[in-house]
Amino acid sequence: MSAVTARRTPSAAAPGARGDGVLPWLATPALLVFAAFAVLPLIGVLLLSFTSWDTLGEIRLTGLESWRSVLTDPGLPHALWVTFLIMLLSWAVQTPASILIGVFLAGRQRYRELLAVLYFIPLLLSSAAIAITFKALLDPNFGLGAGLQLDFLNQDWLGEPGLAFGVVIFVVSWQYIPFHSLLYQGGVRQIPRSLYEAAELDGAGRVRMFFSITLPQLKYTIITSSTLMVVGSLTFFDLIFVLTEGGPGDATRALALDMYKRGFQANLMGAACAIGVILVLVGLALALLLRRLGGRDPQASQLEGA
Amino acid sequence: MDSGTGVPIHVAPAASEYYNRAAASLGVRRTEISVESRTPSRRTFLTLSMGLPLGAALAACGTSGPAPSGGGAGGGATGGNGGGGAKATYWFLSGPPGEPVRTSAVERFNKANPNGQIEFTAIQNDAYKTKIKTAIGANQAPTIIWGWGGGGLRSYVQAGQVEDLTSWFDQNPAVKDRLFPSSFGAATIDGKIYAMPCETVQPIILFYNKKVFEKVGVQPPQTYGDILDLVKKFNAAGIAPFSLAGQSRWTNMMWLEFLFDRIGGPEVFQAVFDGEKDAWNHPAAIEALTKMQELIKANAFIKGFSSITADSNADQALLYTGKAAMMLHGSWSYGIQQAQGGDFVPSGGLGWINFPPVDGGKGDPSNTVGNPGQYLSISSKATPEQKEIAKKFFANGVLDEEEQKQWVDTGGVPIVKGADKLFAGSKDAEFLNFVYSVASNAKVFAQSWDQALSPTAAEVLLDNIAKLFQLSISPQQFATNMNAVIGK
Repeated sequence: MSAVTARRTPSAAAPGARGDGVLPWLATPALLVFAAFAVLPLIGVLLLSFTSWDTLGEIRLTGLESWRSVLTDPGLPHALWVTFLIMLLSWAVQTPASILIGVFLAGRQRYRELLAVLYFIPLLLSSAAIAITFKALLDPNFGLGAGLQLDFLNQDWLGEPGLAFGVVIFVVSWQYIPFHSLLYQGGVRQIPRSLYEAAELDGAGRVRMFFSITLPQLKYTIITSSTLMVVGSLTFFDLIFVLTEGGPGDATRALALDMYKRGFQANLMGAACAIGVILVLVGLALALLLRRLGGRDPQASQLEGA
Repeated sequence: MDSGTGVPIHVAPAASEYYNRAAASLGVRRTEISVESRTPSRRTFLTLSMGLPLGAALAACGTSGPAPSGGGAGGGATGGNGGGGAKATYWFLSGPPGEPVRTSAVERFNKANPNGQIEFTAIQNDAYKTKIKTAIGANQAPTIIWGWGGGGLRSYVQAGQVEDLTSWFDQNPAVKDRLFPSSFGAATIDGKIYAMPCETVQPIILFYNKKVFEKVGVQPPQTYGDILDLVKKFNAAGIAPFSLAGQSRWTNMMWLEFLFDRIGGPEVFQAVFDGEKDAWNHPAAIEALTKMQELIKANAFIKGFSSITADSNADQALLYTGKAAMMLHGSWSYGIQQAQGGDFVPSGGLGWINFPPVDGGKGDPSNTVGNPGQYLSISSKATPEQKEIAKKFFANGVLDEEEQKQWVDTGGVPIVKGADKLFAGSKDAEFLNFVYSVASNAKVFAQSWDQALSPTAAEVLLDNIAKLFQLSISPQQFATNMNAVIGK
């Protein structure tokens, strides 16, 4: 507090002039990397979306043709719907599970530390490896069901649209719950002990403390983790591609998959870039929305005394 | 968020792409290590998924682990330099069984032609498909372009990237005449030949498990009607009539290819290929599509077939373990079953026939589909010296006696007339002779649809085939969806 007031008094006419001169320089490396690897390709994608290109011949400027073909294709609303469903369901599965595991792991007992390490393992595996493993386990003839002689496991897991969708959600959750649990574990450990002590004195039980202290105090962790989940689920590609290739039919063909298939399998780069632009816009809109939901100032702390 | 960044699986090939270009400009020679065991001639994705997580890891390593290739003198400059000691470049697929055969063919040629060397790079199947397209688009193609002919070749031709070889073949009739005439179909675009057929012929064959047939007490099908009877009998015996890796999609396509041909003859798909309007509405096409769905509804295919992929060879495992009685698959499946099926093939458990005729159908029962060969084109961006070397290789190097022998040893049938005399003494002679007779007696040897069509149309086709097999669209809807992309 004192630093701010000290700065403000001598240079009231040009507020913060001293500090601002240095700060932009510090941002340049990050900005350069961002411009080279995010902004430039993005501009390229935007320009390509107004062309027709089969990756072989020359790039022909065709105005809005690619956009028209993408926007009139019934595949697009379907892909959007699939993407949205994956986003919603994987959020709905992951968030409660991650919070509970995170709260559990925040305890300092030795066995919990051990479990935390075990839970962390899925995060160390590549998505492709996870998908291939699950695919082998779910094989209707040589998979888990056949091996353990358990008939209810012998489903056409990746062949029925509903089941395949469920499998995708399950595997995505299996892979990412450890990461989000880690976030929540950190969040819970930040909550001051004094709040719980006060609650205990007032005679609150464990459940009451969880809902009245832990959950509200985790508000910003929830927002952070939800943003990562929601925006991240837009780009699920590798796992779905290896697991179902967007099938059966187009039951799990999310937007990112649609983009890849158009661009690299059907050689329609213009249309693929148009979908890429749509993906960026949807992602930005969602991130913005979640920031708004989180209140005006996401940097504000709820910790007492800070 | 451009199309590249969302594609983690392909990071490795893409990275290797840049490495390779850099390597090429430095004149570094390299070969990529491959983990692929399957015959490298199918348009499939993710051959890295060999059913093992390890496969993915190895594939990733393979593309980033350059090693000097084993042929000829090292270190020379690659393409575009011209002048004395010009070198042609040649990219082909890595992995057994083809890679050693291809490598030694180039090495023999280099030994015999000290003044016109060929420098080769072996690339893993799926990485190759992306890489060769990018290289050609960036005018960085190798002198000799290895490919599958058909729709892919057509797109090169339309971009003006490959040499017209028609007049060269006219001047060198001996080169052309010793090969199967059927192999030239997929090399010919609008009446001109743009590629040299090479390597082996791979028709699609109806494989069956003799032991299962004996147990149930039935005979291999002579007609399509027999197939329908067998479906009932095998289902009653608790054995799946047909194995099918439905998730791979092109596996389903093989069924349609045969039903279309046997019911309506090769003209039906030819009309699609030629871009005739509403060609998929042909009555024979609708009939074939309807028969296909009837077969699916009759439980002809193993339960859960849509969850099975060909990449893990699970469909073939179903056949040799006796869980399924029959399977329609490419001739390369023989080698896989031999390698993985224990004593199934050596003990005579595997049977094979050409797809039987459909009663009342127009197609000649000798017709077949599959890969009539592999193809070598010459980049139009190569220097005249490089083109000369490539042509010399086509005339003297490709499928010489030694290469033919090596292909036969891998269980393949070279596309050379009279290659059957090399089969004597091979433990696979019976199968090789069968493939040879199917290939050489076929009135029409049609190319696989997904290879014949443009990549754009092929993707829509595979997509709709998957939906047709899901029974989520009707035959007429299939035809309507496909008519929309005719000629694209």
